[in-house]
Amino acid sequence: MKLYFIKAKFFFRMQMPTNLNLLFFVQLFFVFSSFGNDTTGIKKAKAAPPETGITLPTGFTSTAFADSLGNARHIAVAPGGEVFVKLQRLKNGKGIIRLKDMNGDGKADRMMSFGSYTGTGVAVKNGYLYASSNKGIFRYKLNDQNEVIDTSKAEMIVTGLVDKGQHNSKSIALDDAGNIYVNIGAPSNACQVQDRTKGSPGQDPCPILDSAAGIWQFKVDRLNQSYGDGVRYVTGTRNVVGLDWNTSVKELYIMQHGRDGLNQMFPELYTEEQSAELPAEELLLARKNANFGWPYCYYDPNQQKKILNPEYGGDAKKQGRCAGVDTPLYGFPGHWAPNSLLFYTGNMFPERYKNGAFIAFHGSWNRAPLKQGGYFVAFVPFKDGKPAGKWEPFAEGFAGKEVYQPRDAVYRPCGLAQGPDGSLFISDDVKGRIWKVTYNSNQ
Amino acid sequence: MRNIKKILVLLVVVSLAIGCLSFINSQQQPGIAASVKRGNTVYMTYCLPCHQADGAGVPNLNPPLIKTKYVLGDKKELITIVLKGLTGEIEVNGETFNNVMPSHIFLTDQQVADVLTYVRNSFTNKATPVTVAEVKAVRAKVK
Repeated sequence: MKLYFIKAKFFFRMQMPTNLNLLFFVQLFFVFSSFGNDTTGIKKAKAAPPETGITLPTGFTSTAFADSLGNARHIAVAPGGEVFVKLQRLKNGKGIIRLKDMNGDGKADRMMSFGSYTGTGVAVKNGYLYASSNKGIFRYKLNDQNEVIDTSKAEMIVTGLVDKGQHNSKSIALDDAGNIYVNIGAPSNACQVQDRTKGSPGQDPCPILDSAAGIWQFKVDRLNQSYGDGVRYVTGTRNVVGLDWNTSVKELYIMQHGRDGLNQMFPELYTEEQSAELPAEELLLARKNANFGWPYCYYDPNQQKKILNPEYGGDAKKQGRCAGVDTPLYGFPGHWAPNSLLFYTGNMFPERYKNGAFIAFHGSWNRAPLKQGGYFVAFVPFKDGKPAGKWEPFAEGFAGKEVYQPRDAVYRPCGLAQGPDGSLFISDDVKGRIWKVTYNSNQ
Repeated sequence: MRNIKKILVLLVVVSLAIGCLSFINSQQQPGIAASVKRGNTVYMTYCLPCHQADGAGVPNLNPPLIKTKYVLGDKKELITIVLKGLTGEIEVNGETFNNVMPSHIFLTDQQVADVLTYVRNSFTNKATPVTVAEVKAVRAKVK
């Protein structure tokens, strides 16, 4: 019975009824096949506690720290446990939310908001709150209660960055030497003359690389910096939403979103299945002056090589100019959209998590007509700054069901932050839920 | 359990009613039904990767095609978007979207008419078909 149901569902999804007749038959089939049967035979997702909606490994529990905040992108936690949330859309005219759990029950009970700009990036460091719009970065002085002293006094430290809508999240990370790193995503898929248009050639050299498609480094304490004041730290990254400074090895790590539409643009070279898996979403060690190859190259995890993009003469095998390009530490399946990266430095979680990487995968849209993927938080164990094992699922169940279309997803993980007690916070940008994940070895 | 059975019986009745109605409907408009069927094929190849199988699009990126003014409104504007593509942030039903829609000028007049007739009569939309003549007229101006 289970099999029939899945078949019916698959048929419905893949064929898409051209009129109501087909819908009628599928529906009829489903209704009749349900009679006299135990409906619990229908495949259920791993049960998630209804109060949080997510599942975790044994010993971990979560609380819904806050809810219905809006498009909650990245989050940062101050030394007193205060959580700052950056919104992609203004809510009640504000773009930053400060949350505090006063009674220690794992749920925020104080909330205030400020800042009249939208964006993604947020960080707290050495008594300052940093927040990014889609064009630049602001900072605010905090008092000893980790409150913004004057919300109307945002210091503009970086301004005038490329914002053309596409890939405009200015995600940020700070090192311990007074530098701030910001992603400037390429407003393009593969630097074609006409973006995302079948048959349009790749521009060579790609003019976008001068002011985007890389990570730029600025000073945390200088005002009004722009391209001329900063350093293009790494280049050839199409879009990076998740990045973090790894304090154990003092290096920057970034997560690249790979290109879209290999099958759409080049059906003669890539099947729908290949296009759903390719290219990899890349975990990159972002050393100064690294070049990761966009728009000329993409990473194929099966061949374990950077491959020449077909817009630049590639045939799905040829490496060409991509032979010398910097390669990833790790390649994840295509289009999962890694939106946050966090190296865990806390003492609450078991020892194996220490200095390992948590990655929030926002979830794909470019795997259709195949089932979408991502929509979970993964963990990659690390040793000496390198992955020391395969990735594993950490927090799952955000979507609430199998996702064929992104709107099926109830929640989509987007941001990660570590609390002062070693707890892990996860944000969602569909409804604006924030989870607080804790560990107790006695459970 | 009894309630579940009642609901199931009700579902069957409703399904039969919808099925019969749509059967009658498609018998009355064989031209539209054929165009919708051909349009489905075009949609699967060129539109579905972004606008998705349910026509609901992708939040923040690709707009939905469900009961929107773009889909159900002025046909000339709709045809123009397919032929020329669309860039820049747009607002649809209270949400904003900023991905790039490429030009689909390479589709034939028949394919554009069919796919738009399909979209205007799918995902709970119901609107008049788009004809080859209408596409031809817009294409002459776009070129």
